[in-house]
Amino acid sequence: MFRYASDQSLYLDAAPEATNLHALLHIPGVVNIHPAYESTLIVFDPELTTHEAIQQAVLTLPPKPPGAQPTRHEIPIHYDGPDLPNVAQLHSISIERVIELHANAEYKVAFLGFVPGFAYLKGLPELLKTPRLSSPRKSVPAGSLGIAGAQTGIYPISTPGGWQLIGRTEVTLFNPANTPMSLLQTGDTVKFIPV
Amino acid sequence: MRILVDNPGMFTTIQDLGRPGHGLDGVSRAGAADSQALKIGNQILGNAPNTPGLEMTLLGGTFTFPEGAQIALTGGKPAAHQINKLIELKPGETLRVGGLETGARCYLCVRGGIDVPLVAGSASTHVLSGLGPPPLRKGDELRIGPPQGEPIGEVTPPEYRKQIRVTEGPQADLFDTEIFYQSEYTVTAGSNRMGLRLEGPPLASHDSQMVTEGVPLGAIQIPANGQPIILFVDQQTTGGYPKVANVITADLPSVAQLRPHDRIRFQKTVSKTNLI
Repeated sequence: MFRYASDQSLYLDAAPEATNLHALLHIPGVVNIHPAYESTLIVFDPELTTHEAIQQAVLTLPPKPPGAQPTRHEIPIHYDGPDLPNVAQLHSISIERVIELHANAEYKVAFLGFVPGFAYLKGLPELLKTPRLSSPRKSVPAGSLGIAGAQTGIYPISTPGGWQLIGRTEVTLFNPANTPMSLLQTGDTVKFIPV
Repeated sequence: MRILVDNPGMFTTIQDLGRPGHGLDGVSRAGAADSQALKIGNQILGNAPNTPGLEMTLLGGTFTFPEGAQIALTGGKPAAHQINKLIELKPGETLRVGGLETGARCYLCVRGGIDVPLVAGSASTHVLSGLGPPPLRKGDELRIGPPQGEPIGEVTPPEYRKQIRVTEGPQADLFDTEIFYQSEYTVTAGSNRMGLRLEGPPLASHDSQMVTEGVPLGAIQIPANGQPIILFVDQQTTGGYPKVANVITADLPSVAQLRPHDRIRFQKTVSKTNLI
C-alpha cells in the first residue's frame, strides 16, 4: 500500500479518486501531495515527522466524505489544431468525425501535474488513442488542446510539449490570483463544446 | 530602506523557503535552491528562517543601498567577498558581487529581508508558472523590511559535496545500477532550477513503460536517452520516466551549488524505514 520514494516522501498506492486528498494535506508534518493516476506522493518535513508516522496517520484517516458532486465544466473549443489532419489520417476517419468523437465524450480530471494547472483527462474514446509527436514542439501556445495515448488535456501555459494538438480555447485554466489557482480540480468532469 | 538593482547579473530571483501545499494545482514548492544557505544568511542577520533574500546565479550582480544596510552573502563564494558573516554597507554604497569562485548560487540576505507582496503565502519566484515576482531587471527598486531580531554576526560555513548521497529510487530495478554508482557524471549547461541534466555513461532500462506518478524533490529520472536528470526546486510535480535514485535531503544544498562542467558521483545510502 505504501512505497518508499525519498527520505522526505512516500507513495500511497491507491487511486486519488478513492483518497481523501485534502485530509492527507492536513496530516501533521505533511508539506505537499502530488496525486497521479494510481498513487499519491506524500511529501513531509523530515524534521517534524517520519515515514512510519505518516503511514499510521493515513491508515486512520476518515474516509472521503460521500455525496459531494464533482464540478462539471463546459469548455468552448475551436477545433482547428495543427495536428488535426494527422490524427484524422492516422485513424482513417474524417476531421469532422475526430471532432464529433472528441466533443461527444465526457471526461474526468484524473489529476493535475506536469506544469501548473495542467489537468490530465480520462475518457478519450478508444478510436482516438494517438501516439505523442516523435519530436516534441519547443513551444506549445497556452490554451492548446492536445491528445497523447489515451489522455487528453489543455496546456494552461506556454511550454514545450509532445501532445498532438487538435484545438484551442480562450478559457483561462491557471490564475495564481484565484483560489484554487487551477480551474480544473481532481475529480471534476469536463465537456468540450465546439465553437 | 531600498536596494537598487544596477545589474541583475545572469539570473537573480527573490526566494524564501517556497510555497508548499499546491501540488493539487500542479505547482511545485520552488523556494531557495540552497535553502540551507538562505537560512544561514537570515540567521546571521537575526531574520526569521523564511525571510526572502536574493538568489544570484554564477555571475553575481551589482546593487546600491541608498540608505545603507546590514547584509550577508552565503552559499557559493564570490571571488571578491567573504561569505557567512555580517557586512555593514554605508548609505549610498554599491555592492558588486561579481562572479562566483565556488558554487553556482550565492544568496544576498539583508537585515529585515526583501519586502515584496506574497503570492500564495510566498515571495518565491517560480519561473515556469509565473508565480511570485519576476526575475530581477536592471533598474528595479526593492524595499527592505523592518529589522526582526538581533544579528549574530557569523556562522560556520557548511560543506558542499561532489559525492552525492542517494537512496534507491522506486524504479531502480529497471536499471543496471552498478554503472550508475561506479560512473562519473558531468553537469551540463542545460541545468537550471527545474532540473540538473547530467552526462555520462547512458543507463539502459529493461523496460521503460510505467504509469505517470508524483515525483519528489531530488528524484533522479532516466529519460529515453539514458542520461540522468535530477529534478530540482522548480520541478514538474509528476513524471512518467523511471527514477533510479533520489538525493537525500542533507545533500540537496550540494546539488544546488553544482556548476556546469562539475563532475559528480552518486553514493548509495540505505533507508532504515519500514513500509507497510
